[in-house]
Amino acid sequence: MEAYIEPVAMFFGEAWPLVWSLLKIVGIVAPLFLCVAYLTLAERKVIGYMQVRIGPNRVGPMGLLQPIADGVKLLLKEVIIPSGANKGLFIIGPVLALGPALAAWAVVPFNEGWVVGNVDAGLLFLLAVTSIEVYGVIIAAWASNSKYAFLGGMRAAAQMVSYEIAMGFALVCVLMTSSSLNLTDIVMSQGKGQAADMGLGFLSWNWLPLFPMFIVYLISGIAETNRAPFDVVEGESEIVAGHMVEYSGMAFALFFLGEYANMILVSALTSILFLGGWLSPVGFLGDGFFWLAIKTAFILFLFLWFRATFPRFRYDHIMRLGWKVFIPLTLFWVVVVAVWVMSPLSIWK
Amino acid sequence: MDFQSVIFYFFSTVLVLASLAVITSKNPVHAALFLVLAFFTAGGIWMLLHAEFLAIALVMVYVGAVMVLFLFVVMMLDINIERIRQGFWSYLPVGALIGVLMVIEMVMVLGGRNFGLEEMPHPAEVQQGYSNTKELGRLLYTDYVYPFELASIVLLVAMVAAVALTLRKRKNVRKIDPAEQISVKRDDRVRIVSMRSEKD
Repeated sequence: MEAYIEPVAMFFGEAWPLVWSLLKIVGIVAPLFLCVAYLTLAERKVIGYMQVRIGPNRVGPMGLLQPIADGVKLLLKEVIIPSGANKGLFIIGPVLALGPALAAWAVVPFNEGWVVGNVDAGLLFLLAVTSIEVYGVIIAAWASNSKYAFLGGMRAAAQMVSYEIAMGFALVCVLMTSSSLNLTDIVMSQGKGQAADMGLGFLSWNWLPLFPMFIVYLISGIAETNRAPFDVVEGESEIVAGHMVEYSGMAFALFFLGEYANMILVSALTSILFLGGWLSPVGFLGDGFFWLAIKTAFILFLFLWFRATFPRFRYDHIMRLGWKVFIPLTLFWVVVVAVWVMSPLSIWK
Repeated sequence: MDFQSVIFYFFSTVLVLASLAVITSKNPVHAALFLVLAFFTAGGIWMLLHAEFLAIALVMVYVGAVMVLFLFVVMMLDINIERIRQGFWSYLPVGALIGVLMVIEMVMVLGGRNFGLEEMPHPAEVQQGYSNTKELGRLLYTDYVYPFELASIVLLVAMVAAVALTLRKRKNVRKIDPAEQISVKRDDRVRIVSMRSEKD
């Protein structure tokens, strides 16, 4: 590998670190978009089978070209800007909805050393970037100059801000047990302990000692991405399609891409923080990117499963769950974990 | 000029322009969004100073939480721009006085002999494995633990006060008890009556 890179690096000279970083970014974003495209197909297929339907099966063999056809259709559609809209912000809205979902991947490790930026404050960076996501929603909602879009945007934004707090506290527990903000270190710290030494690695991952936080993080992740059963943004029985109601064509597609990219991000983060990332569940199988992909796919399947099974939450119930159940629970658990880590019973030493 | 300086001047230009736009833009929503840009760029400049914890905390707290709530409020206000402009000339003397005072203070801090580049020693270069976050945490919880606790108590009091000021008991509010809703059985709501089919 090194032998192949050397002459290329010589060719670019001083600009090589920049070119290399750009190549790494392309290497993440291109497969990510492919995953997003096929996640939409997977969603329709999985929910189809759960409802004893076939799902899309016309375009290409077994409907495999459906996402491409959808993409081409959205690209060719006209982007309509409402006459009363605030033009600049109307365009910036969808960009801001997708941007943070991609920027967050900068610190996500795929394997030991496979990361664009191995930052010390990686977890903090993730929290900051995911907290910017809400801007896309409120800017789009306000710039559309429409009551329905604004109502939907307010709902989405309030929900995202509320669940971010519970999510943050759940992450505080993780970083206390691994005593690091670096995501690679967090994964590596999950591979230590008695269970891991006995070859049962999956018992030493964070999901078991931090089980309530794992559940809180998973549910908050679903609420944070505005997915069913928390998708009151587009609750068609109350309001029309939420903050993106005035958008068409590719501008709408950007919101769509952002939502699915966020789903993949939350799933990957859940796997990294609670399910041991690329570590193998049992000792006799090797670690590798393969495991992270399987875990992420499993969490993504949970997203689709929930959507097919649960009825939509009422809005006041969502707020109650966030503020009156999750935040007190996580606050309490932060104290419990802090005491546990410092006590002689600590399993993380 | 090395690469770092180029980035610094780029960030500074954006920061100054964004701050200017905050006070000159007519639409308050635009002003709030320019403030977001200003915070973001300030975070970038702090990052150049190797203060990554502060930079990310600035983005997380101000951009991610404070400004979102700000935008909420500003977007829901029905602001008449003409009426805001009305008192401009009568407020100008007070505003100008405060502005001049702030400029004098800044000149005293930045231009004075006490804080010149020669007076302040250049901070030591960071070593490999240096963690800004760890260092800050160590200082906050050892050397500065009492001021830190004091600040958190002040914040707690402010929080309680804010809740106490806005909390109102309203009459005629129909509250729903979720526990009661969940514990409902089918028989409480539906009664199945068996009756023969009728013909008319």
